[in-house]
Formats: sequence, structure tokens, C-alpha cells
Amino acid sequence: MGYTDKLGNVRDTLRKPAVQSGLTFAVALIVVALVRNPYYVGILVFLGINVIITIGLSLLMGYAGQISLGQAAFYGIGAYTTGILTTRFGFPIYLSLPIAILFTVTIAFLVGVPTLRLKGHYLAMATLGLGEIVHIVFNELSSLTGGPSGFGSIPLIRIFSVKLDNDTRYYIFVWAIVALVLFIALNIIHSRIGRALKAIHKEERTAATLGVHTARLKQMIFAISAGFAGLAGFLYAHYVTFLSPGTFSLHFSILLVTMVAVGGIEHIWGAVIGTVVLTILPEYLRFFKDFDILIYGIILMAIMLLRPEGLYGIKIPIQRKGVHG
Amino acid sequence: MNLGVQLLQYTLSGITIGSIYAMVAIGFNIIYNATGIINLAQGDFVMLGGMLAVYLHNTLGLPLVLAGPAAALITAIIGLLFERFAFHPLKNPSVITLIIITIAASILFKGGAMFIWGKDAYILPSFSGDKPIHFFGATILPQTLWILGTLIFVFAALMVFFRFTIVGKAMKACAYNRQAARIVGINVNRMVLFSFGLSAFIGGIAGVVVTPIALVSYDRGALLGLKGFGTAIFGGLGNMGGAVVAGLIIGLLEAYAAGLISSGYKDAVALIILLIVLFFKPGGIFGRKEEQLLKAF
Repeated sequence: MGYTDKLGNVRDTLRKPAVQSGLTFAVALIVVALVRNPYYVGILVFLGINVIITIGLSLLMGYAGQISLGQAAFYGIGAYTTGILTTRFGFPIYLSLPIAILFTVTIAFLVGVPTLRLKGHYLAMATLGLGEIVHIVFNELSSLTGGPSGFGSIPLIRIFSVKLDNDTRYYIFVWAIVALVLFIALNIIHSRIGRALKAIHKEERTAATLGVHTARLKQMIFAISAGFAGLAGFLYAHYVTFLSPGTFSLHFSILLVTMVAVGGIEHIWGAVIGTVVLTILPEYLRFFKDFDILIYGIILMAIMLLRPEGLYGIKIPIQRKGVHG
Repeated sequence: MNLGVQLLQYTLSGITIGSIYAMVAIGFNIIYNATGIINLAQGDFVMLGGMLAVYLHNTLGLPLVLAGPAAALITAIIGLLFERFAFHPLKNPSVITLIIITIAASILFKGGAMFIWGKDAYILPSFSGDKPIHFFGATILPQTLWILGTLIFVFAALMVFFRFTIVGKAMKACAYNRQAARIVGINVNRMVLFSFGLSAFIGGIAGVVVTPIALVSYDRGALLGLKGFGTAIFGGLGNMGGAVVAGLIIGLLEAYAAGLISSGYKDAVALIILLIVLFFKPGGIFGRKEEQLLKAF
């Protein structure tokens, strides 16, 4: 067996979804062993939560070729559903989790089914509209949501006898779920559905003539991406234990799209890279606090004009085009 | 105040705000017709128009007669630069890239406005005083008449432009069929550039006339843009007359909802209409559904 064969074997192993997500979890564990400061661990918890949303968004943008400007709304629906069920109706968390995800997916389905039947990017505008409506409902339905000032004392998660009451424990829990989400997403990409999606993205009409049900696949991916966002909302609610509408604004939806676009919409790891960069970067730009919007705008515009394929793979010129994915 | 007078009052304020939505929708339509894309920064042109007018009048002390048109013109120049620097250099971009670029522009305009003018909300003085006009028991602010008049003027000017000028006819040809327009010698690239300038100009005008009755701040564009898009879809994407009718209907429904139901949910009205139209009649009130199924942006 020659050297190239061995290298090929290593590469094949590395491409397996289980291996990739396992390695991600391992890296996450090493990182938390190195980072001692609980403040930074907290940021890395949010990074994990954001990564769960952007992996879903990347499936939608990169593989189904559609944009959602309402991911923050799905994130919020997931968070508010579990928050309201556990605090006001005394639901146990193991019940509120599936309900939160199911409810988010249902709403996504209601919006996605009609708009994804249309050609073009009407989903972008429909989700933008949905995002604003959800934001208004969070603000106005004060009897349930506490209105603009929000509500708190959402219970912590307990797994058997372990209560997830410190940052490190929650970090491990969140990153285990990140690994799971990554595993699901990579499996979707490597499946028949993933290949069909890639065909849609390249040549929708050709894909349709070959028997790919384009609208249904797009609707499915959109529902999955919303489900991931709802799951992330669940994780957010039981970590912060307090919810208010400001977290789930249009601003955050746009930031999520920016993360995916900056990292590279063509590949799922691009979304991860973009999320890491745009979650960690603001911590170093503290003195720009009020100008963060301007800086995000400049970064996004620069990437789209200079390198529309995103940051992914920027430093590996040896790699042939088309090897990955 | 009895119910009739109240309804009249709501109607008047609905027409006012509806005129603004109509102008935003017309801006969407102009760029859509020339390029086939939806400019998500459209609402920010309105914000820029208002902000620039406030800056020119309140800070630099220019009289309103000069500050207003100058603000709209500067907004138009920003629109032209936007096209030149962000759209023109692209070679065979995908639609998703184009949409993200308009999002980037929207963030840039917003961020730039906040960088220059901060987070405060500003107001312009009314064009001809604040003495209310009484009208069957209801009151109209003179600015309302200015807004309505501006919409009528903009619409009429556009009709003349598209029907009787060579540039306008060329732009219309591009809207029908870009390939064919290029074959008969129309410079399509220049028409795209014009469309951004014109669209930003109209957005800027809307911003100038609305700022005396509604405060302007750096983040005002997003919601206005979204409602304007709802209006454009409702009236049929690309249809100017449809935009005016749809704008007035949405403005009226919003005003009635605010007055009779709850002011908190007022902003949801236009968005719910947007969703309903997208779901059931994507071609808009004047379009056919089959037509819209073929349109991409």
C-alpha cells in the first residue's frame, strides 16, 4: 500500500460524519480544559448555541439555495415555548424539549410550504415578516411572555442526578449536542437528499426533470434548519434562565446569515468557521461597541465582493477544487 | 368625538402612512424591474433621506427648500455608488450572493448612519407650519397634504418618464426583456445604474417628507423596507399603479387596526398581509398566480 493510498484512507476516515462530529466534541473538551476563566467558558457556550443555528442555516443556504431572515424568530419560539411551559405550566424539561422543537418546526412548515413552492427567494421576505411578527407577539402578549421586560426563573436542566448549574457542565452538554447536530447535518449532506439538494442548487430545472421533488426537499431542509434553531433556543433558555424579546430580533437573524456567508455558504464547516470568527471577534472589538453594526457590514460586504465563497479553505491552496464536500 | 369623526381621522392618517409605503414599494419595483432582484436596503434609502435632510437643515442651517431636495439627491448619489461599487464589479453572481450584498449594504448604511449621527431620533420642522386644518370634525396636519401631494407628483412624474422619455422607455424595455433590450442597442448596464439612482432618489424623497411627522433614527429602515416590500408584493411585484393602491389599502388597514384594535399590533398588519398574499395570491391583487410562479428574484 503506497503513501498516497494511506493518505487517501486517512482522508476517507476523516470524511465520515461520525468521525468529524466525534473529533469536534474531542476538540471542544480539550478547549474547555485549557480555558479556565468562566467568562470565556460562557462565551463558548453561546458559540455552541450559535453553531447549532448556523449549521441549520448553512444547510438551507448552501445546500437548498434559500435564505431565511427569520432564524432568530425560530430560536425565540424554541426558547419561549420551553420557558413558558416550564415556568407557567409546570411542564418537566424532558417534555418541553420535544414540544418546543415540534412547535418551531410546525411554524416553519406553515411559512415554508407555500413560499417554497414559488420560484425565487420569497422565503427570505416571508421569514423576515414572520420574524417581525414573532417579535411583536413576544412584546405584546405580556400575560405569557412578560412583554418587553421578559420573564425569568426558568429551571435548570438536570440529567439524572447531575444538575447543569455551572458553565463547564453546561458547556459539555451544549457541545455534545453540537456534535449530534453536526452528525445529523453531515449525514443529510452525504445522503441521497444531500446529493439531490446539490443538484437543485446547481441546476434546478435539470434536477426537476431527473425526478427530484425540489419544493418538497427545500421545505424539508427549511423545517430541519428551523428545528435546529428551536433546539438552540431551548439550550439558551435553560442556560440564561431569563428571556426577553431583544435577544430574538431581526439584528440577530441578520448576524446569523452574516456568520454563514462570511464562513462560506458552500460548506457546512464554513458556517462553523464564520460563527467562531463572528462570535469571538466582538470580544476583541469591545472598544468599537457602538460601531459593531458598521464593522459587520464592512466585513460582510468585503467578503461578498472579494471572496464570495467565504473564509472556508482560504489558506489551503494545495487542495484541489471539488475534493471536499 | 363620535365614531364617524374618529373613523375619518383614522382614514386620514392611514392615507398618510400608506403614501409612504407606496413610495417605498415604487422604489422596490424600479430596481426589481431593471435587475430582477429585491433590494433589501430599500428602507435604508428612506432613512438616509430623512437623516440627511435633518443634518442639512438642523446642523448646517440650510433652508428646508434646499435641504430637502439636496438630501434626496445625495441619497440618489449613494444609490448610484452602491450599484457601481457593489453590483457592477460582480461577474455572474448567484442570486443568493446578490441578496446577501443588499443585506450587507443595508447593514453598512445603518452602521454608517449610527457612526455619523448616533442612536438619537431626529425630527424635521413641517414644511408649512403645524396649524391643523379642520375637515368635517377631523383634523389634518398640513404635512399630510405634502405627503399625499408628493406621492401624486412622484407617480405622475414616473408615468411621464416611462412613457415619454427615451431613458424611461429603455428602462421599461429592460424590464420586459433584458436580452431583447440589449439586442436593440440599449445599454442595459447603464439602465441598471439609473434604476438604483432613481430608486434611491424616490426613497430619499419619501424620507424627507415623512420626517416632520415621524421621527427618523439610524435603525428606521428595516421595518419600513419590509412594509414597503409587503406593499410591492400586494400590488404585484413590478406594478407601479398596484403599489400605490396597495400602499393606501395597507396604510388604511394599519390605521384602523391601531385605532380600533391595539396600537401594539399595528406593525403586524402589513406583515400579516405580506404573508397572506405570498401564500394565497403571490401575483398580488392585480396579477395572476401563474405569472408569479415563473418570476425569480
